[in-house]
Amino acid sequence: MSTTSPAAAVLRTEIRLFTREPGALFWVMASPTVLTVILGLIPSFREASEDLGGRRVIDLYVPVSVLFALIMAAVQSMPAVLSGYRERGILRRMSTTPVRPATLLAAQIALYAAATLVSAVLVITVGRLAFGVALPGNLVAYVLALLLTVAAGLALGATVCAVSRTQGIAYAVGSAVAFPAMFTAGVWVPVQAMPDTLQRIVGLSPFGAASQALDAAASGGWPGWTELGVLALWTAVLTGASVRWFRWE
Amino acid sequence: MTAIEVQGLHKTYGGRKVVDGVSFDVGEGEIFGILGPNGAGKTTTVECVEGLRTPDEGRVRVCGYDPTTQRSELTGVLGVQLQESELQARLTVREALDLYASFYERPADRHALAERLGLLPHLRTRFGKLSGGQKQRVFIALALLGDPRVVVLDELTTGLDPRARREAWELVESIRDSGVTVLLVTHFMEEAQRLCDRIAVLDRGRIAALDTPEGLIGRSAAAKEISFAAGTPLDPADLRALPGAASVATKDRRTIVSGTEETVAAFVSLLARRGVTAGQLRVADATLDDAYLDLTGSELR
Repeated sequence: MSTTSPAAAVLRTEIRLFTREPGALFWVMASPTVLTVILGLIPSFREASEDLGGRRVIDLYVPVSVLFALIMAAVQSMPAVLSGYRERGILRRMSTTPVRPATLLAAQIALYAAATLVSAVLVITVGRLAFGVALPGNLVAYVLALLLTVAAGLALGATVCAVSRTQGIAYAVGSAVAFPAMFTAGVWVPVQAMPDTLQRIVGLSPFGAASQALDAAASGGWPGWTELGVLALWTAVLTGASVRWFRWE
Repeated sequence: MTAIEVQGLHKTYGGRKVVDGVSFDVGEGEIFGILGPNGAGKTTTVECVEGLRTPDEGRVRVCGYDPTTQRSELTGVLGVQLQESELQARLTVREALDLYASFYERPADRHALAERLGLLPHLRTRFGKLSGGQKQRVFIALALLGDPRVVVLDELTTGLDPRARREAWELVESIRDSGVTVLLVTHFMEEAQRLCDRIAVLDRGRIAALDTPEGLIGRSAAAKEISFAAGTPLDPADLRALPGAASVATKDRRTIVSGTEETVAAFVSLLARRGVTAGQLRVADATLDDAYLDLTGSELR
């Protein structure tokens, strides 16, 4: 009868369900590109600025939009979905079958990681085609920084899920975390345009460090060890916290 | 052969003994009921059987397997319908069946199962759009997908309308007829009385009684109920003096005498002696409800 492995079947189901959620689809897959387009349509954002070292605002906003996709996926969507699964007994239901409910968690994490990466590619492509934003100058560094960033973001989302007892709380905590995450990612003011002191503080947050790392790689350089170290440390701490506090029911 | 064995089960939460020394055996092919008010420890007991909770003390075996240490063997022989469980609202019935079938090495025939449970017309329907009765049938299907030897049904019919409840009962009987042992958790007397071969009545974490439904009713001091129009000229003192009479009461303009077979016989001869006709006379067997109240001395909460 069934020849697919349970893990593959669970992942396929979660992908299918994700495509049936118009809200999640819009915020994760479409809104980052929409953000890029809206900002790109502002004429002054397409002009080189002395303050930004000859770069344009839109150049800075492409990595920011990529981070925005990650925040929507990992912090806003995933914790609510997972705590809903827990609250509605879906994880328990699964734990009475030969398949462990951790399979479902793994599928969710893989799904949101993949959704973020697809959304990132979309943002970068539209930025290049519509507004001539250069493709990442150092692609290897960019991919490395992005993967580490996605890991940190998903660990943050997993922690939000772990500390939220219900789906309602997960929505609330997710939103409460998403706003500072967006601020530090540079959604309102790009990190590069922040005052020095603020920039240094923001650089210690996962999305602030991510923003600087992605920007460095986009401009053709390598992210500093500080940014990569901050990201790795956050990933480790948040993964530990989520494993420590996660409850199956 | 014993399908489920529970010996000296104890479980405490936050200092409260939820299950306090529960023991019972369920034979293969039996429908075994666990009956009791909310908070009696029913669900905790079956969760220990399902391997979802680890007992503080006691021995649990399902087809010889220990639910806490032999998870993969257990999930191969045990199918579970959980109380208050859901599926993803946008998952269709067919997708749910396919997904859960992929979890088992040798799943049951999905099409035959869907047909038997009346799910064929709903295969393309999303779970969130199903009625309560249809959802429960999906959960029965999921419980049977692994071709189990034992199924646990926890509050299967809670929240269902009377018709869906009756349909669910027929399904439970058909499950047993296919050779599967059923552990049924319920707080409906009628359900337990109709379906179960034996019933364990749980009250405050202990087994208050364990017997066949008839045995439980017969054990009760009020196995028969005589009732008639209240205008009948009979002295209440005479009624109370009837052998085996447990109680005499007036309700809704009817006099009700609870007692045994002996009480009924004595009542008939009392009528003859007095030359009285009792209007609207009825003699009824007590229900499991009455037996339950009598056995545990507590109301269903």
